[in-house]
Formats: sequence, structure tokens, C-alpha cells
Amino acid sequence: MDLLVPEIGLLAWNTISFLVLVFLLGKFAWKPIMKGIHDREKSIDEALNKAELARQEMARLSSQNEELMKQAREERDQILKEAKTLKDSIVNEAKTQAQTEGAKLIEKARIEIENQKKAALAELKGQVSALSLDIAERVLRSQLDDKAKQQELVNNLLKDVELN
Amino acid sequence: MDYNRVFVSKVRRLIVVFALFSVFLGFRTTAFAQADSVAAQGHEVSAPVAHAEEHGKEEKGFDITSFIFHHISDSHFFTIWGHGDHGLTLHLPIILWTDNGLVTFSSSAFQFDDAGKVVAEKNGQRFVIAHNKIYYANAAADAHGSYVSHVTDEKGEEKITNARPLDFSVTKNVFSMLISIVVLVIIFTAVAAGYRKRAGKSPKGVQSFFEPIILFVRDDIARPNLGHKYAAFMPYLLTVFFFIWFNNMLGLVPFFPGGANVTGNIALTAVLAVITYLITTFKGNKHYWKHIFWMPGVPVPIKIFLIPLELMGTLTKPIALAIRLFANITAGHILVMSLLCLIFIFNSYAVAPASIFFAVFIGLIEFLVAFIQAFIFTILSALFIGLAVEEHH
Repeated sequence: MDLLVPEIGLLAWNTISFLVLVFLLGKFAWKPIMKGIHDREKSIDEALNKAELARQEMARLSSQNEELMKQAREERDQILKEAKTLKDSIVNEAKTQAQTEGAKLIEKARIEIENQKKAALAELKGQVSALSLDIAERVLRSQLDDKAKQQELVNNLLKDVELN
Repeated sequence: MDYNRVFVSKVRRLIVVFALFSVFLGFRTTAFAQADSVAAQGHEVSAPVAHAEEHGKEEKGFDITSFIFHHISDSHFFTIWGHGDHGLTLHLPIILWTDNGLVTFSSSAFQFDDAGKVVAEKNGQRFVIAHNKIYYANAAADAHGSYVSHVTDEKGEEKITNARPLDFSVTKNVFSMLISIVVLVIIFTAVAAGYRKRAGKSPKGVQSFFEPIILFVRDDIARPNLGHKYAAFMPYLLTVFFFIWFNNMLGLVPFFPGGANVTGNIALTAVLAVITYLITTFKGNKHYWKHIFWMPGVPVPIKIFLIPLELMGTLTKPIALAIRLFANITAGHILVMSLLCLIFIFNSYAVAPASIFFAVFIGLIEFLVAFIQAFIFTILSALFIGLAVEEHH
């Protein structure tokens, strides 16, 4: 039973020593140690959080880049398409214009030719009439001389006319 | 939180202890038979237990009980090696509060006596020491030369009836504990210096050795039991844990300055348990007290019936805490000593290898127990405090 009865002196020493130990360690060891551990854990957490944020930011930026690239590509395609349409329309227009212009020119030339032809015919008619008159004049003159000869002359003249 | 490995190791330990115990019991009958036959030679090793022979109770030579009890109890001498005048002994100071005030002298005044035969006279008062306790000496010696008077109580045990001064001596336990306190303060201020020097960096040296243990106390002991209020109790829990662990380990070292049975002394475990009890009592919130004095959710007669039970419960918790640590560490010391004493019981060198093998084996287990008991004391303290400060919904 002796073992179970604490000695008063030991109790006193133990109580005082242990309380002093709690005080000393609490003030000079546990406080800075717990603070150090806590601070370090906090800084590690913060660093990890920051890394995570940076990763997300990177992902965001790269997806944004992708988006931009896609947009740019689409825009380029659009522009190319528009340019092609424009080119086609210009070419078509040019073609039509050329055709109309050509047709106009042809028409003009035709009209000119017609006019020239008319003018030429008119002149020919004048000449024919003048020639006819001339022939008629000569016929009339030779008629006056010899009847046979007149006939021959007329025939000759007519031959000439036909040749013309 | 993983308690599993603790339970597994506890179970294994129990198996080992029981196995060894049965082996030990098997030995005992033959051992005592042999001890009887070798009683004549037994006297060389019986010197430390002179008082046992003196009373004529133990005629078998080697008194294993008093030998072991001498080793696990406190002492006013700290033997470094040898015995008595043939060895080196640290004489610890004796500080007494007597009827006539404070008296201090060195324990060398008792000349290694432990049977009340040598009187130390100081300030006109006479003291003797018997069984490591200091008494006022009788005027004259009795037939055995002892200055203390004995009575035999109803159980047949002899009791010394002399009056005792209040003994505040620096005994072996106190001395050992003071050493442990100095070492703990040096170690942990060094650890703290590491945190200051390498703020925010990875730990190094002694700091990196203790940091996982400190984190273990915080994350596996304090936080699960105390929740977010853990920070306020960390200094106490950490101090208790390292104090018990270090003293357990120091007790396992067989030579100076180890070997004192500091944590296996009820005076120390009682002080620690009382501090835990005071914390739970003064930090306990109104829910805690309500559960003790007016348990919610049960009929009134049961409420009244539960009051004494709950009150008793608050007391049994620290008592169990104190007894558990004391009994575990003392049992470990007794076991190691018993195994070594087998050599003297058989009185044969042939037993030594087996005896030492088992003692070393138990010693290794005791290293584990040193940690486990520190862990258990701390986690139960945290649990009791946690129950007292817990927020109820």
C-alpha cells in the first residue's frame, strides 16, 4: 500500500516543477513552435492556392487564346469568302458590261454600215440616174441619126448597164 | 483518426506479457525450491534488504519483493554504481519542515542506513531513516538497534509509529525530474529557435525530429477531441505528453541519471491527473455541468439518481488516469527487475542469458509502452477536457 500513498514532499515538488515546466515551455517553446508551424502551414496553403489560381488563369488564358484563334480563323474565312464573291460579281459585271458594250458597238457598226450602204445606194442611184440621163441623151442624139444604129447603141448601153 | 495501431500494439503487448508471465510462473516454483537449497550462499546478494533478515521473516536469503520495491520506490540516495561505501553515491539534500522550523542537511548523515539505526542530529533534533522515510528518532535504541518503534497491524504488517517531519527533500525522483525538466526546456527552446531561425522553411536537425511528434499531438490528440478550441490547451497537452514520455524513457535507462521511477510514482501521476481534473472543472461550460447535475432527457427520479453517479464519474476519471500511468510504468519496472532477479533466485550464471534476453525484450516493449502511456494520458486528458468544453447543439 505504500506505493499508493503519495509523499507530501514529492507532491509539492512535482506540482511546482510541473507548473514551472508548463510555464517555461508554454512561453519559450510551444508558443513560438506552434506559431512557426501555423505560419508555415498557412504560407504553404497560400502558395498552393496561388499555384492553383495561376493554373486556372493559365487555363483560362489558353482557352481564351483558342477562342481568339478560332474567331480569327472564322473572320479570315469570312473575309476570303466575301472577297471571292466580290471578285465573282466584279468579273460578272465586267463581262456583262463588255457584252453590252460589244453589242452596242456592233449595233453602231451595223447602223453605220447600213447608213453607208444607204448613202452608197443613194449615190449609185444618183449616178445611175445621171448615167441614164446621159444614155438617154446619147440615145436621143443617135436616134436622130440612124435608126439601126440607135438600136444598137441602146443595146450596147443596156449591156453596159447590165454589166454594172 | 487511426486508433487501430494503438489497439493492435496494446493487444500484442498483453499477449506477450501474459506469455512471459506464465513462463515466469512456471519458473517460480522450481526457483523457490532452488532458492531454499542455496539459502546459505544467498547472503552475498541479500545486503540491500538487510531489514528483511533483521526481522527474521525471510530466511530464504534473497528477498525479491523488498529488493524490487527498493528499486521502484523513491530514495534519499542516488546510487551511481556499487553499493554503500564501496560504490559512488550521490547524497541528495534533505529538507525537513520540523516542529522547530526548517532543517536541512545532506543524506550522507545517515551513512546509507535504511533501518532506523543511524541517528542524524541537527538543530537539536534527532532523525532516523527507515524504508526511505524520515522519522523523529526514539530516545533509545530497541533490541535490534533501531530508533523507531513498530506495531503490527491486523494484516500482520509492521508499521512504524514514530512521528514524521514534513519531508521536502530533493529525493531521487525529484532530482531525476528536475534533470528531465532542464533537458526538456533546453531541447524545446532549441526546437523553438529553429522555427525562429528558419521561419517558413523546412525543419532541420532536432527540430525535424520533434516536429512530427508535435504535429501528432496536435492533429491526432488535440484536434479530434477538442475541435477548434484546441489551441488554448496545446501548451498543457504538449508539456504533459513530452514530460511523461521523457520521464518514462529516463526511467528505462538503467544508469545515472536514469533509473528513477518518476512516472511510476503515484505522487507524480496524481499531480498530473489533478491538473487535468482542475482544467475540466474550471473550463467546463454550462452544458457539462448540466449533464452532471440535471441530465437532460431522462425522468426526474433518474435525474436525481444520476447526480451522485455523475459526480463520482468526474472523480473516477482523474483517479483512473493517475492509477493507469502509475501502474503501467511500475509494472514495467517490476517485470524487468523480476526477470533480472531470476539470476539471483536460481543463484546461477546459467540463467543469466535467458533472464537478460527476456529483460531486454521486455525493455524494448517498455520503450513502446513509454510512448503509448504518454499518448494515452494525453489523449484521455484531451478527451476529458473536450467533453467539458464541448459545444452542444
